[in-house]
Parts: sequence; structure tokens; C-alpha cells
Amino acid sequence: MTVTVLLFASYADAVGRSEIEIDVEFGATVKDVIEHVRKLGDATRLPEAPMVAVNEQYASRDHELRAGDEVALIPPVAGG
Amino acid sequence: MYSAIVERPIDSNSIIERVSRGSNGAVVLFLGTVREVNDGREVTGIEYTAYRSMAARVLSTIVEEAAALADSNDVAVEHRLGELEVGECSVAVAVAHPHRTRAFEAARYVIEELKQRVPIWKREHYVDGTREWVRPTSHDANDFVDAREGGGR
Repeated sequence: MTVTVLLFASYADAVGRSEIEIDVEFGATVKDVIEHVRKLGDATRLPEAPMVAVNEQYASRDHELRAGDEVALIPPVAGG
Repeated sequence: MYSAIVERPIDSNSIIERVSRGSNGAVVLFLGTVREVNDGREVTGIEYTAYRSMAARVLSTIVEEAAALADSNDVAVEHRLGELEVGECSVAVAVAHPHRTRAFEAARYVIEELKQRVPIWKREHYVDGTREWVRPTSHDANDFVDAREGGGR
């Protein structure tokens, strides 16, 4: 199944892209997506356990994904 | 209640107008502005970016929480994105209430929660031409926790 991965700020710089479509196995979790993305870019700049949002809600590493989910890797936020 | 992510200068008067009414005896306005020195480095400006749809959603949730906390619907916040110069306003929070204590508390709640939860990032531009994504600092937030717990350092 396919999920969309969104990358922002320093994470987008590390991977060189801000949006990626990736294929994952049925039943894949947030953790699987993180491992996939860390292989694409400069993994030293992408932490093992970044904050993640699935469909705009903060989610845990073991959150199970569905086809078409939007998975955002969220660098430490710095608004204000 | 009002919350928005904008890409134009923030008009603090319009934020105040959104919460002002005759039944309120207090209006608290907080403005966050671009500081010229951060961690000892001279800053020429800041570029703000966001996961915009989620940022708008989380900001709206925080405003609802603050309204419940203050028992007042007169809570408003705007956060600006894009390129800002030193001294420009990046965020404005206004809360109005019949009495000042609740207004102060709710305004503080909005800015502290915004800094913890809203997916917005900033990249500082320095005098030497370099740019860096800002790692969040927690000085002010720690002071907030200390104050709430009656502590202090």
C-alpha cells in the first residue's frame, strides 16, 4: 500500500525533498516509515524517533497505517 | 474565538477588536517579535514555515482549550509565516475577560502551548549570510512551570 510522507524544515533539507510517496507492506507502522525515510537521506540528521503526525494528529511509533495515510515527520517545533 | 495562520503583517489592533466587548474589564495582548540577537549571534531576519493545515487545526484546538480555561470565548491568536525582519510581529494573542487574572492565565496558556504543539519552524538569517533552523529553547517555558508550581531558581 502507498502512504504519503511529508517532511519539513531541517528534515526536508536532510532528505532533499518535502513530499514522498512510499510503498509499505500492509500493517506497516509509523516506525517502518521512519526507517524507510532514514535510508533515503542523511540519516545522521534524521533522528531515530522523530515526532510524527498521521493525518494531522500526533501519533506513536507503533501506530498502524492505512493506505493513503499522510505521515508527517515533525522536527522540534519552534513557533512563536 | 479566532485563530489564523497568515502570510501578511499582523495588525494587533484588529486582534484586540476581535475580543473586545463591554462586559470585559480586561484585555491581555501578547506580541512575539523577531529578536535581533539569539544565542549571541546577530540576526537580520527570520523565515517561518509550517505544516499549514495541521498548524491551523492545532492552533484552533489550543484556543478552544484556553477559552475553557478562562471561561470566556474572547480568545484570539494569529501566527505569521514567511520572511520577517527584526522587530516585526510573528505572533499575537489576545484574551479578554471581565477580570484580569483569567485573561493573563489564558493568554499565557495560548503562547506556551503554541510553542510546544503547533508545527511551525523558523530559520534565522544571520549577518554573515548563513541560515539555520532554530532549535527550540525552553527558558521561558521553564519559568512558566516554576511560576505555576510556586518554585523559582
